Amino acid sequence: MNIKVMGIGVLLLMIVTALSTFTIDQRETAILFRLGEIKRTNLEPGLHFKVPFVNNVRFYSTQIMNFSSPPERFLTGEKKNVIVNFFVKWRISDVEAYFKATRGIETNAQSRLSQIIKDGLRNEFSERTVQETVAVEREEITTKIIESANVITADLGIEVVDVRMSQISLPDEVSGSVYDRMRAERDRVAKDFRARGKEAAERIRAEADKTRTVILAEAYRDAEKIRGEGDARAAEIYAEAYNRNPEFYSFYRSLEAYRNSFNSREDVILMDGDSEFFRYFRESKPQ
Amino acid sequence: MPWNEPGDKDRDPWSGGNRNDGPPDLDEALRKLSNRIGGIFGGKKGGDLPGGGGAGLTIIAVLLIIVWLASGVYIVGAGEKGVVFRFGAFHAVSEPGPHWHLPYPIESREIVNFTQVRDTQHRSMLLTKDENIIDIELAVQYRVKSAEDYLINVRLPDATMRDVADTAISQIVGQNTMDFILGEGRSVIVTRTKDQIQMMLDNYRIGLEVLSVNLQQAQPPEPVQGAFDDAIKAREDENRFRNEAEAYANSIVPQARGEAARIEAESSAYRERVIAEAEGDATRFSKLRTEYEKAPEVTRQRLYLETVERVLGDSSQVLVDVENGNSLMYLPLEKMMQGAAATQMPSQNFSPITSQQPSRSSTPARSSTRMDTREAR
Repeated sequence: MNIKVMGIGVLLLMIVTALSTFTIDQRETAILFRLGEIKRTNLEPGLHFKVPFVNNVRFYSTQIMNFSSPPERFLTGEKKNVIVNFFVKWRISDVEAYFKATRGIETNAQSRLSQIIKDGLRNEFSERTVQETVAVEREEITTKIIESANVITADLGIEVVDVRMSQISLPDEVSGSVYDRMRAERDRVAKDFRARGKEAAERIRAEADKTRTVILAEAYRDAEKIRGEGDARAAEIYAEAYNRNPEFYSFYRSLEAYRNSFNSREDVILMDGDSEFFRYFRESKPQ
Repeated sequence: MPWNEPGDKDRDPWSGGNRNDGPPDLDEALRKLSNRIGGIFGGKKGGDLPGGGGAGLTIIAVLLIIVWLASGVYIVGAGEKGVVFRFGAFHAVSEPGPHWHLPYPIESREIVNFTQVRDTQHRSMLLTKDENIIDIELAVQYRVKSAEDYLINVRLPDATMRDVADTAISQIVGQNTMDFILGEGRSVIVTRTKDQIQMMLDNYRIGLEVLSVNLQQAQPPEPVQGAFDDAIKAREDENRFRNEAEAYANSIVPQARGEAARIEAESSAYRERVIAEAEGDATRFSKLRTEYEKAPEVTRQRLYLETVERVLGDSSQVLVDVENGNSLMYLPLEKMMQGAAATQMPSQNFSPITSQQPSRSSTPARSSTRMDTREAR
């Protein structure tokens, strides 16, 4: 019977222990209530005791939690719509305040948080152009929002660790005109490239044509000079030879010219019968 | 304050003494077990034992205890780390190898893979600094840097990683122009995105480390792709136009140089030719002149007659107009011109006329008006 008694004793002990202890995970904190009234908060991870049926415990995460918003429309300073996806990293900083403000329900906390951040973003966007929000001041916007949000969320027992815009985009109807602009811009670039190519090509061709013309003209100049030299030399030779007897030269040259001029069978020659050639054609006596 | 708070070891029964020796409960349980087994199989050794049913229960209880204790054994594989929690609180990190922790509900463990490279990949349309839209696909490789941070600090660390990567690339793209991102800026974008991601991760103490960031894709969006391709083609065209013109220049300039060389060569040839001809003509003339001067009359006569003979011999018709008038020769010009126009066989056409001329010239045929013109001369 000893063992049975012991067994029952152990079992009872276990039940009492289970009812009067609780553990808190490293990633959590807890509020200890006594009959519905907050007794202790900010309990550390580990083993804790409670009075069964009198105390009860609620657990809350101490991790950094995420809230991702659905895409949200904001109006910028120049009255343009942008669509922003943002997320908030937050954690519970004061579990008592958190419990009081949200009844400890995470979705309540998130919707409050979402509202606060959205208001902040709306204000910041309305003071800036699209370009500023996208390019320059993203970091500043989020820093300001984290600061201002933390003032408000302190009452909720929430610390906003980070706010980030994971995407800023334009509404579809605006995207269409952006695409049109991009297309026009590329067309301009393309035309520019082609025109510049043609310009360069024309320059190169013109230069080549010029070079050719100059080369040919210079060649002509030199050639005419050489020809002239030849002609001059020839004239000199002729003059030198013919000056010895100009009368004979003119006779000789005339004969040669006759020969060269009338050398075709189709030539018709009309001669005076009195010419010397026909002297003996008429009479055989010497003159 | 929990009574197992670190630093309060004296009040912590489970970490008292050297843990490798195992808990005292285990030794005691084993001793009891051997006693019981000895009692069952060794006969009357423990004579005051209760009934067999009690012994059976004891065995079951002991087996349960063994199973319970064994549930604390775990193995941390290579490239992994174990994180042990005691009553939920972080207790220790264990390195690869076999380990034992106090069984449930005292301690629990989680094992984190350290070397496994995780990745996240996301494609999105992002706005650039110059308000263009760009299609970006980013892939991030990362791994766990600190097992306890990874497990403890942030809820859903891998989802957070994805958000962080999206944010970083969106921010970095927003700070740069489209031409820069599509062109030379790619590697800059990658480095800066990586730094930005790591900075945000460290801010959350998430226990993750970025290994590499890749821009899988950075291109203009589908609707404007055609225009972009055309712009790239235009750049090629620019070069093509240039090259074509170069080719033209390279072909015509040498050609012109060749032509110039020909012109010069021809002119030189001309010069040499006219000089040589002049020399030839002059020499010939000089020789003849020498002889002529020896006998001018005869030579002159001979040259004249020879020349006229040649000339008249080569021509098809010869007309002789006699001044006295009565012996006029008839010239059938009309026929001759027709014959010349026909030009089929000029020599055959004309020869009969030539042969007829002497006979006709003797007849006083004055009917032709053309003869009048002849007479008038």
